[in-house]
Amino acid sequence: MTPAVANMSAAPKIDASVSPCRELVLSRARMYADIRAFFHERGVLEVETPVFSLAGNTDPAIDSVVADFSSPFENEASLRYAHTSPEFAMKRLLAAGSGAIYQICKVFRKEECGRLHRPEFSMLEWYRPGMSYHALMDELAELLAWLMPAGRADTERISYADLFQRELKLDVLSAGVAELKDCAHENGLEVVGFDDDYDNWASLLLANLIEPGLGVDNPVFVYDYPSSQAALAQIRHEDNIAERFELYINGVEIANGYQELTDAQIYLERFENDNKKRKLSGLAEIKVDHWLIKDILSGFPDSSGVALGLDRLLMVMLNAVDIQEVLHFHVDDI
Amino acid sequence: MAKYNTSEFKSGLKIMQDGDPCTIIENEFVKPGKGQAFNRVKLKNLKTGRIVERTFKSGESVEGADVMETELQYLYTDGEFWNFMDEQTFEQIAADKTAVGDAYKWLKEQDVVTVTLWNDVPIAVTPPNFVTLTVTETDPGLKGDTASGGGKPATLQTGAVVRVPLFVEIGELLKIDTRSGEYVSRAKD
Repeated sequence: MTPAVANMSAAPKIDASVSPCRELVLSRARMYADIRAFFHERGVLEVETPVFSLAGNTDPAIDSVVADFSSPFENEASLRYAHTSPEFAMKRLLAAGSGAIYQICKVFRKEECGRLHRPEFSMLEWYRPGMSYHALMDELAELLAWLMPAGRADTERISYADLFQRELKLDVLSAGVAELKDCAHENGLEVVGFDDDYDNWASLLLANLIEPGLGVDNPVFVYDYPSSQAALAQIRHEDNIAERFELYINGVEIANGYQELTDAQIYLERFENDNKKRKLSGLAEIKVDHWLIKDILSGFPDSSGVALGLDRLLMVMLNAVDIQEVLHFHVDDI
Repeated sequence: MAKYNTSEFKSGLKIMQDGDPCTIIENEFVKPGKGQAFNRVKLKNLKTGRIVERTFKSGESVEGADVMETELQYLYTDGEFWNFMDEQTFEQIAADKTAVGDAYKWLKEQDVVTVTLWNDVPIAVTPPNFVTLTVTETDPGLKGDTASGGGKPATLQTGAVVRVPLFVEIGELLKIDTRSGEYVSRAKD
């Protein structure tokens, strides 16, 4: 190698402006280095967990990629789910006493490509034992300020109910499907093929009539969702809302956080309920993660956790409109 | 006619909506954090030209529309129908007032235009982006005035009235942008 160095000593440093590839490599590398520095300073430790597992995500709205792990000597196929987020494995670490942890990894979802979607994408997920979901929103706001020092430091916070009231004059928590449909109609939203399901219609209104303007000036946290959209967040029964939040910037959902469930029995109920819904919609049922249930049962700390789409965050930082602008390869070209 | 799943949606695809043939202008797949995935689609109704935005549940199927765009030569009109001819087969086809719409203003005999056929019936006529037409009527031209603003109306051989510069005279050939209906320049032939 040494002789080559002599020849290259005069080689100029690569100017980022001459190569869009190099520019993008630098932007992503810088973002990851900054994220790791942020958590290092706070004593949140980086972890790695397996991508493939025998049990999977039961959420009916999410479809897992399945890999065939069988060896030539086995008769039966040995199928594993590629994780849709590292949530379950990270929660098992929390139950085992890991303390505050974060992970940067690729996650996989069987879905079409879109302006904001790819079947594999990069995720930052972190968990904070002893922290409330509101305190976690503070920390996420601090991360944004850390990554984007030039402005965008001020974040806003609005509850799901107040947001619908402000934008659509609709009392979304007490509305029925008929009212949601009326609201869509009044606002000129023409819809084809959706079932009469509260959560579908609420999410259609949010995605089509509210989201495009969310977080255009400042990043916006929307919090306290209808309890029917709890996923794996705690439900506050006196208000009948789920303690979860989402972060929006430039009309794009960037992150999704929960006050985490701590009760093993409720985890099991939610998984089984998901599978019931799957069966009703003709979707394959997913193997429930009984290892997770068992570990939660052994003791799980009060925690909050959040997952953040790194490709979308990079889009914000680079003013990109299409996710392909922050990726080196297209899904159909590799 | 074939059915198309939302995963096959792309711009240019012709589908049926509300009994009318439509073309997809834009299609975006959206998967909200909660709830079902959908396709946000911008459609142009090929009969009315109206553009609507519609949200389809992903996985839905819709009927395709048998729509074809053909290049035909404009022959003549009898006031009720406009007649076109396929230059290869010499087959003639007549389009009614609704199909021709505002395009009648730019139809010059022997010009080749795009005729959109739905189930072999003309539903829209699109003139070329630029046409050359003769001025049949306008106020006398002002000699030497080639730059000043203002302008005046001029009637063209097809009956269309466009705003032209003051120097334009009867009998001159003008190049017109049919998309905006505006004068572009004088033409040589």
